[in-house]
Amino acid sequence: MDYSIKIGGEAGQGIQTIGDVLGRVFARSGYHVFTNQDYESRIRGGHNFYQIRLSDMPVRAPKRELDILIALDGASITFHQPEMREDGTIIYDSALLMKTFDGPQFLDIPFLKLATDTGAGKIAANTVATGAVLGMLGFSLEPLFDIMDIILKKKDDEARRQNRLSAVAGRDYAVANCQRCSFTLSPAGPPKMLLPGSEAVGLGALAGGCQFYSAYPMSPSTGIMVYIGAKAKEYGIVMEQAEDEIAAINMALGASYAGVRSMTGTSGGGFALMVEGLSLAAITETPIVIALAQRPGPATGLPSRTEQADLLFALYAGHGEFPRIIFAPGDPEQAIRLTAKAFDLAQKYQIPAIVMTDQYLGDSQWTFDSISLDGMALRDFRAGTGEIDRLDRYMRHAFTETGISPFAIPGKTRHVVVTDSDEHTEAGHLVEDALIRRKMVEKRLFCKIEDIRKEIAPPAYFGPENAATVLISWGSTYGIIREAAEKLADERVGMLHFSEIYPFPGREKFDYTGLLNRADRRICIENNATSQFAQLLEAQSGCTVTDRMTRYDGRPWLVEELLEELRGRT
Amino acid sequence: MTAGPGWSRNYWRNYVAELEKYQGEAPAWCPGCGNFAILRAFKEALAEENIEPDQLCIVSGIGQAGKFPHYVRCNTFNGLHGRSLPAATGIKLANHNMLVMAVGGDGDMYGEGGNHLLHAMRRNIGIKVFVHDNQIYGLTKGQASPTSMEGMVTKNQPFGVLSEQLNPMAMAISLDCGFVARGYAGDYMHLKDLMREAIRYPGFSLVDILQPCVSFNKINTFEWYSKRVYHIGDDHDPLDRIKAFTKALEWGDRIPIGVIYRNDRPSFESRVPVLSDGPLVDARPEWETLEKKLAETLREFY
Repeated sequence: MDYSIKIGGEAGQGIQTIGDVLGRVFARSGYHVFTNQDYESRIRGGHNFYQIRLSDMPVRAPKRELDILIALDGASITFHQPEMREDGTIIYDSALLMKTFDGPQFLDIPFLKLATDTGAGKIAANTVATGAVLGMLGFSLEPLFDIMDIILKKKDDEARRQNRLSAVAGRDYAVANCQRCSFTLSPAGPPKMLLPGSEAVGLGALAGGCQFYSAYPMSPSTGIMVYIGAKAKEYGIVMEQAEDEIAAINMALGASYAGVRSMTGTSGGGFALMVEGLSLAAITETPIVIALAQRPGPATGLPSRTEQADLLFALYAGHGEFPRIIFAPGDPEQAIRLTAKAFDLAQKYQIPAIVMTDQYLGDSQWTFDSISLDGMALRDFRAGTGEIDRLDRYMRHAFTETGISPFAIPGKTRHVVVTDSDEHTEAGHLVEDALIRRKMVEKRLFCKIEDIRKEIAPPAYFGPENAATVLISWGSTYGIIREAAEKLADERVGMLHFSEIYPFPGREKFDYTGLLNRADRRICIENNATSQFAQLLEAQSGCTVTDRMTRYDGRPWLVEELLEELRGRT
Repeated sequence: MTAGPGWSRNYWRNYVAELEKYQGEAPAWCPGCGNFAILRAFKEALAEENIEPDQLCIVSGIGQAGKFPHYVRCNTFNGLHGRSLPAATGIKLANHNMLVMAVGGDGDMYGEGGNHLLHAMRRNIGIKVFVHDNQIYGLTKGQASPTSMEGMVTKNQPFGVLSEQLNPMAMAISLDCGFVARGYAGDYMHLKDLMREAIRYPGFSLVDILQPCVSFNKINTFEWYSKRVYHIGDDHDPLDRIKAFTKALEWGDRIPIGVIYRNDRPSFESRVPVLSDGPLVDARPEWETLEKKLAETLREFY
């Protein structure tokens, strides 16, 4: 069982609501679900779609072949009819599209009429469509009713009744009229959670003890800010929408200097504005976590689409030389863990940590039976008041063996905490002395970097030990490439996924370079034009990549496309 | 400690001792710089307001004024050019019990950091801003600043300054800034009192301090200012926004110094619900509580 449903329509038609509700119904019913979205940078009009895949086996990527298409506009049919399986069904409302389509694939369902017949307004037409899809697949409407109750909690009983009737009307119509519908549902597992990527970064921030988040809205990072803002009261977080990204990072650095765990989030253009602040974090040794949700550039690029082209930018951003951490989660579960880990390490080493996602990961949803918090903790690396007060003199940037100076909280000790964006003395006052300068560079950079590297987990490997071909991936392409690799397992194909990117993982825990060197083909697959990760891998590990597969049209790979391309190469 | 009439020798001695706790690094300013008077007024204002160095944080950017916090013993975040206000905002929100000040020059606050100034005023966040306004760029050696007078010829503006002179007081009043005042480095007693008032104001205070640059500004000299500045009298009502705006427009032969405008808008931090139980820095979560909360939150995704 592996079905794909696409909802297509204009912005503002509510396709996201239909998609979210269906995804939740499937997940609650115990199936594995993957959803992703494709939309234009506009509030109304254009053509957007939402795709849902459900299966009794884990699914981690979108498929091209569709079983059901809900066409809320004519463009949906033009664009997506070619993606339909032979026996698939396109449901649409001829009154809405002002056109009738002939052919065995089409099922005309009067969404609008069935909705208004219940007494509900046109707005319930989407509920009719949702009911119809559930009817076609053979789902009970009970989970839908539960979810509608959560969504409609502020509405009156009449609205609730009308919506239920609309769903029933859609289901009944589809069951009665969809002669070709022969979907069978395999036995379901336990109810699952459906976790979106952006929210997962937000959850990771909560788990990492984030108390301050400042940002400026920018797709596709806005979802993180909105989620943290929604949780601000419950978790005691100050979330401030800054006047610009420069203010956002400087506010977060101010709060962090004052002793609270702080974060900011943005996308490429906003990150470009934050770069001086990144450098400030480095010289003042102020911890900060930055969520960098990539989108295609340069400049404004494709605001609502996906790309992995800011890796080398994140790696080299900031004038001067300083250490940083870069993580790139491959799924929402990794996003939670790695964002929390970013907070931990940023504070431990007093450095910036960047968590890289993109539109594809941020807007996609994955199912999990549960998310375990085991092994997570909140370590406090700030110096205690007593410890600092006992010192005759406190120096914020004191030279130590590890390069890490005691991090005192200003106002919580009798000493003062002084730091400076200028090169400074151990006490934090500006200085131009050559020897101190050299020692400060060594303290910030060389003393810390090897210890940080030890904290970095090696890449994950899936596949045979004697792989002839290793697919190499980083960040959000994890699910797609893993699925492709699984489909090619008989051909001795494995996949290596890097989610902890920098400092580049060492080989002590897992000799991945050995694995790579033993393979005939090392194919690096990335959503960018210049194989940025391959460049990094070659420079850092000495391994050479035999093939570079790139995609830079702003869209993610579909599993079938990737397989076709791989089969052409292997 | 309150300064007043009848100071005895003993009082003076205590006073000087009191100031010693604010002793910072040795200033690297030019001899005769107006900043020295500002520094003196500042330390005395702190002493008279009984502010302990460890309960004070000064945030600064870049420029001669940006070095100011190094010359006072205090918590210091000397950050980027123009960005002192966002950093100060973060510090204030993290610990609103701390006195947070921002010090910068006219280039730092009105040029590079102009956008942040607008929004800090809108927020009315409890930060006290002291601008060393010498109407010129000192550290970069003599280019025009936003407050340079129109027509002023510099090495970098050989045809004279073509843009209109920024009026920070009028701009602040138009944005309904909580506390708007102008002081003069050549009148340090008056300046000290202004600083004390600014410190006591709960919201955002902007004190623009006229400060002659002895090295690069040969027009707006001590003599130039001294001839023009006058104390705003009791006849001015700083609560009257329209009259305050009119007062703020005065510039030229006569330049008013004193509190030009103030209002009673609540401070930003007093309106953030999360801060009502105390400073953020004192509310760090414990893992045990956080873990329970997270488990609850994760259930929302089923």
